[in-house]
Amino acid sequence: MTPFTTITGVAVPFGVANVDTDVIIPARFLKTITRSGLGAGAFATLRDDPANLFDTVRNRGAPILIAGDNFGCGSSREHAPWALADMGFRVVIAPSFADIFAGNAYKNSMLLVVLPQDQIDRLMTAALDVDLTIDLENQVVTTTYQDRFAFAVDPFRKAALLAGQDEIGLTLTMAPAITAFEARLAGDRPWVGGAAGRV
Amino acid sequence: MAPRTLYAKIWDDHVVTTRPDGTALVWIDRHLIHEVTTPQAFEGLRLAERKVRRPDLTLAVPDHNVPTTPGRTIIADPQSALQVATLAANCVEFGIEHIAIDAAAQGIVHIVGPEQGFTLPGTTLVCGDSHTATHGALGALAFGIGTSEVEHVFATQTLLLRRSAAMEVRITGRLGFGITAKDVALAVVGALGSGGGTGHVIEFTGAVIRELSVEGRMTVCNMAIEAGARAGLVAPDAKTFDYLRGRARAPDGAAWDAAVAYWSTLPSDAGATFDRTVTLDGSEIAPLVTWGTSPEDVVAITGCVPSATSFADKDKRAAAAKSLDYMGLVAGTPMADVRVENVFIGSCTNGRIEDLRAAAAVARGRRVAAGVRQALVVPGSGLVRAQAEAEGLDRVFIDAGFEWREPGCSMCLGMNPDKVPSGERCASTSNRNFVGRQGPGARTHLLSPAMAAAAAVTGRLTDVRELMA
Repeated sequence: MTPFTTITGVAVPFGVANVDTDVIIPARFLKTITRSGLGAGAFATLRDDPANLFDTVRNRGAPILIAGDNFGCGSSREHAPWALADMGFRVVIAPSFADIFAGNAYKNSMLLVVLPQDQIDRLMTAALDVDLTIDLENQVVTTTYQDRFAFAVDPFRKAALLAGQDEIGLTLTMAPAITAFEARLAGDRPWVGGAAGRV
Repeated sequence: MAPRTLYAKIWDDHVVTTRPDGTALVWIDRHLIHEVTTPQAFEGLRLAERKVRRPDLTLAVPDHNVPTTPGRTIIADPQSALQVATLAANCVEFGIEHIAIDAAAQGIVHIVGPEQGFTLPGTTLVCGDSHTATHGALGALAFGIGTSEVEHVFATQTLLLRRSAAMEVRITGRLGFGITAKDVALAVVGALGSGGGTGHVIEFTGAVIRELSVEGRMTVCNMAIEAGARAGLVAPDAKTFDYLRGRARAPDGAAWDAAVAYWSTLPSDAGATFDRTVTLDGSEIAPLVTWGTSPEDVVAITGCVPSATSFADKDKRAAAAKSLDYMGLVAGTPMADVRVENVFIGSCTNGRIEDLRAAAAVARGRRVAAGVRQALVVPGSGLVRAQAEAEGLDRVFIDAGFEWREPGCSMCLGMNPDKVPSGERCASTSNRNFVGRQGPGARTHLLSPAMAAAAAVTGRLTDVRELMA
């Protein structure tokens, strides 16, 4: 995984609330067996309009997306963060995110920054003129206009992002605890095992 | 020990270890997989030379891409065919049981899990699909995960999670004539909003939930995700045990007795506290339909299309204006005047036998209206289909002019040949009315199976209570 430290670049001032995963990547683009290339289908319905926000000379390939409340609601498709990443986004800033989308984003080294709506509104304006800088180590979003907005981040996710850590590798360091749990489970709730492959 | 919620009890019994930062490693008892969200997870295992830790807790079935017409096992769309074939090949390679597209028990993953007795109370159950919340109806802690998490469960049979907040949604009173579990689900989403349950696991309680069948509870839990909740739960009771007894993968003999004894300890203790409680009066719920492009956009069938300016919130006003434009609706139009060209009865929300019975009761002796081009009835699984045929429901639908299809996700999402043409309207028993969900430009109105059948025979959104009075 690519470690995440500091990102400076163009922020796309999107700002729409309740953007669902069918908007981020419509279902017809999910018929793939790889993770790559989904950027072409990202926001497909919005990008049918040639004047859309994402395909301007300035915004194309931008690393930062400023979104609205409840971004990523709907389905569990990890194709949503894959598509955003394939467009070039490494950070999404919004007042709130849907739970499953948030988990999926982190697992793809994408930082989600939660800020209050008034600060988002300010960044939407600033982003029209200047780049944003997102500093994960210090948990702060800044602009050359002297904006400085601190954000909270889950310490576990922060550490994983900074290290570019593979979560499965981390969990496998806890393998003895898993094996012990598995043995207890077989004794305490024996009906759980053997549910598939026996019928 | 302090009184605990159902959620807390299941959580506590599955924590393998807690890390210093508060993240818990949680054991997963059940992993359902399908063709769309797994290919990249299997690829990840292969690249890292890892195996599936517990194939005996993992069950595969293709559903999203499968056509629902006869002869469907040969899939015309090469990309869909490749995804389905890739699932089959990966299951062979990693030793996972696969209910193949041509198997009698094939169906939508969330219909198959419970009907196979694979879903059990008190288990943790995951699937790479947000409607995994469905399984909570049996008292399983069930939630949707992304593909990286699918790979994580394959390799470790665990997930790294933070505990969610607990919300109680209590539905009191008694449902009126013609009101079904789907109306309850829509009422809940309408009350909470599409983000109202974010960060929460909802336990549904109250007289209405206790009265619902297990299948109805599945409909309610299925749509917990539409309110943003991580999972929906219903405490297991005698109905749950009756539903599971004798199912193919449910325990039997002494194991059954031991399981029931354990399951009976799971309901929330008296005095257990929730982080938030929301109460709805079930007696007040009318047959509901959606007017917009978010499942929270609900209105009684007796109501009218709202105007965008009627919303207090400025974001909601802007969203409503866009939704109404997309939906081709004019504020003030009675919902019962809205004509539909398509009707879809099926999906993981409403593709079970009880749903087909409710729709057939309306369709019986009536005809699909002239203006309705497509009226599909898609059983949620092969077993549901067989049961419906044994009851003669297929004849009822066919005689009324509906198409009787093979099982799959069908017209719920635009991944298989069943789509709503651009600009056309669909009365749909599915769960999402998002822009383009049923095909580019499709206009979706969510409603119950009985209401969908009523729309099919009248050609417009219809109050089923009037039709059946």
